[in-house]
Amino acid sequence: MEAAAGGGCGSGPPLLSESEQQCYSELFARCAGAASGGPGPGHPETSRVASGAATAAAGPVADLFRASQLPAETLHQITELCGAKRVGYFGPTQFYVALKLIAAVQSGLPVRIESIKCELPLPRFMMSKNDGEMRFGNPAELHGSKVQIPYLTTEKNSFKRTDDEEKQQETQSPTMSPFASPPSSPPHYQRVPLSHGYSKLRSSTEQMHPVPYEGRQPLVQPEGPSSGGPGTKPLRHQASLIRSFSVERELQDNSSSYPDEPWRITEEQREYYVNQFRSLQPDPSSFISGSVAKNFFTKSKLSIPELSYIWELSDADCDGALTLPEFCAAFHLIVARKNGYPLPEGLPPTLQPEYLQAAFPKPKWDCALFDSYSESMPTNQQARDLNRMEKTSVKDMADFPVPTQDVTGDDKQALKSTLNEAVPKDVPEDPATPKDSNNLKARPRSRSYSSTSIEEAMKRGEDPPTPPPRPQKSHSRASSLDLNKVFQPSVPATKSGLLPPPPALPPRPCPSQSEQVSEAELPSQLNRAPSQAAESSPAKKDVPHSQPPSKPIRRKFRPENQSAESQEPSTTISGPASGASVKPHPTVQKQSSKQKKAIQTAIRKNKEANAVLARLNSELQQQLKEVHQERIALENQLEQLRPVTVL
Amino acid sequence: MAVCVAVIAKENYPLYIRSTPMENELKFHYMVHTSLDVVDEKISAMGKALVDQRELYLGLLYPTEDYKVYGYVTNSKVKFVMVVDSSNTALRDNEIRSMFRKLHNSYTDVMCNPFYNPGDRIQSRAFDNMVTSMMIQVC
Repeated sequence: MEAAAGGGCGSGPPLLSESEQQCYSELFARCAGAASGGPGPGHPETSRVASGAATAAAGPVADLFRASQLPAETLHQITELCGAKRVGYFGPTQFYVALKLIAAVQSGLPVRIESIKCELPLPRFMMSKNDGEMRFGNPAELHGSKVQIPYLTTEKNSFKRTDDEEKQQETQSPTMSPFASPPSSPPHYQRVPLSHGYSKLRSSTEQMHPVPYEGRQPLVQPEGPSSGGPGTKPLRHQASLIRSFSVERELQDNSSSYPDEPWRITEEQREYYVNQFRSLQPDPSSFISGSVAKNFFTKSKLSIPELSYIWELSDADCDGALTLPEFCAAFHLIVARKNGYPLPEGLPPTLQPEYLQAAFPKPKWDCALFDSYSESMPTNQQARDLNRMEKTSVKDMADFPVPTQDVTGDDKQALKSTLNEAVPKDVPEDPATPKDSNNLKARPRSRSYSSTSIEEAMKRGEDPPTPPPRPQKSHSRASSLDLNKVFQPSVPATKSGLLPPPPALPPRPCPSQSEQVSEAELPSQLNRAPSQAAESSPAKKDVPHSQPPSKPIRRKFRPENQSAESQEPSTTISGPASGASVKPHPTVQKQSSKQKKAIQTAIRKNKEANAVLARLNSELQQQLKEVHQERIALENQLEQLRPVTVL
Repeated sequence: MAVCVAVIAKENYPLYIRSTPMENELKFHYMVHTSLDVVDEKISAMGKALVDQRELYLGLLYPTEDYKVYGYVTNSKVKFVMVVDSSNTALRDNEIRSMFRKLHNSYTDVMCNPFYNPGDRIQSRAFDNMVTSMMIQVC
């Protein structure tokens, strides 16, 4: 203890939030004012200054500590820990540490230095002299409630919380202090980061509510299901706490809060729940199985009977699986329970699945739809945005170690791969991308869903980036017909042979434009019909569309160049040769003009292809007629033969 | 209407037993315990047949002068035993069956809870409420 005390105080005074700063400095002033001249009121945050500049007299300090209503032994421990005994007096550092320890103990944390490293509410002192002191925290809280506390405490977090967004994502206060309505700002959601090690949650959230309860007995207006019980219950639970984790607490309420409804899920909370749901089950519209959910919720370290009860409440259809609204309800109940709320007898109306579904009509789906329409997802920008989002999400979920990281890691990788593949696709889509990136940023919760839709869109390869490739799709299908057409002039009589063999590979739309690997076929084509070489080369490009989309994308510019080049030489053989030679050439310089040429040549080719197909069509119609006639003849024969057999 | 409701596990230990607190609860425990023999008899009587053919509802296990004991067994050999007051105007068989059905449904819901380990005592509040509703008409 002594060593810890030495170490604790030796490491410097703890970082204080602004509210704490105010509170503590005032308290210090009060205590010290009685003794010495009183320290400067506005201590800097580090409070490193003036260590030893002023001391608080032991008398008022002792009174203050006693007013915290902690047992004497605890107070002794606290004084030891904070170092007052060591140094022999209560300097500001020691005083602050002591106050934080008091707050920690009042929240149920053990008396240790680590306890103060996390976000704590203000300590509550039950003093008869002034209500002002009792409400002491309140004005400070009110002040603090307007301020977001960039309280980067420790270490155990693997992620950095730098953005407000991230903080918002992480910090979810499920419910507000049940007693928050009267003194402190009523919509006082003490947001607690449900960071992903529920132990974090435990350490953070419990601090809040038992604390105000003690201090505000006369002011309590219990809300909702909360009653006198929670004050004692959570303390009992939290006695088992061992670790305290860095927890970020926003004293402000960032969400639409309903002071009377601790069971209402806020937007941020819901976001968080949905993210967690996704980490367990990528498809937001399907279930989480019982065993998966069990493992997940067990991490909350609530007792099994409580978890069982929570499950009973939240699994409305009793199917052993949780849909998204059920999951949100269960999560919310768990968080509430950890905050000290007694569990309700029945599922509150705001947690009913129907209500949840109605209240939050799945904006992420809309966003996903929008994303798929815009198809501008696969851009570098968005790849970067998404990756950043993914990174933040990974960081956010750092403490749900295995499943989320794996999932998001996988998502990220998959996303990266598909996005990288899709990169060259979207020249025309750029104007849409900032919009989408904004959407992405604005709706981080939808990102993984939109990313999946991106991947799906990619895989479907549906929306071709540029029009010219598309007609070539038909071209591709006709590629084998081109082959036939090549043969047909030589063998017009044969019927079966004229029937086009089925396309070698199912034509993949547009990205197939970039396929040009079939150089083996090219020469054969080119030799036969020089005029068709130009057509067939792009056609052949389309044939090997079965190649993975990465290839077409990689070579997106090449076919255009190649087609441009192929048109120039009159000889057909030079086509593939030029194609081959073009590839190594840097085409970046004259891309636009080449693209124009490419488009024009593509148009020409398409026209030619159309002509070819029309001819083919007519020939096939002829074949059809002939075949029909044959059939009729055969049927006649059959008819003639039949009476013979019957007889 | 029921005076005592008990859920017995396959290994014949009680998962859940509750009786109206009017009388000595021990008596009911003994009754349920003795009824297990009858249940086993009935099960083995049909025993050779496939489980599907066996009916779940066992009917009246045995009557005493004050009480009647009904039994019901699930496919997983979990037994429900219900003791009703004889003085109660004879409950029709259908009603007993429906009560057992409700019990079975509630039991299934309990099983669906992943936090419930089969073999644990049943501590589900929903189950309790359902049983209370069945028993409450006695008073």
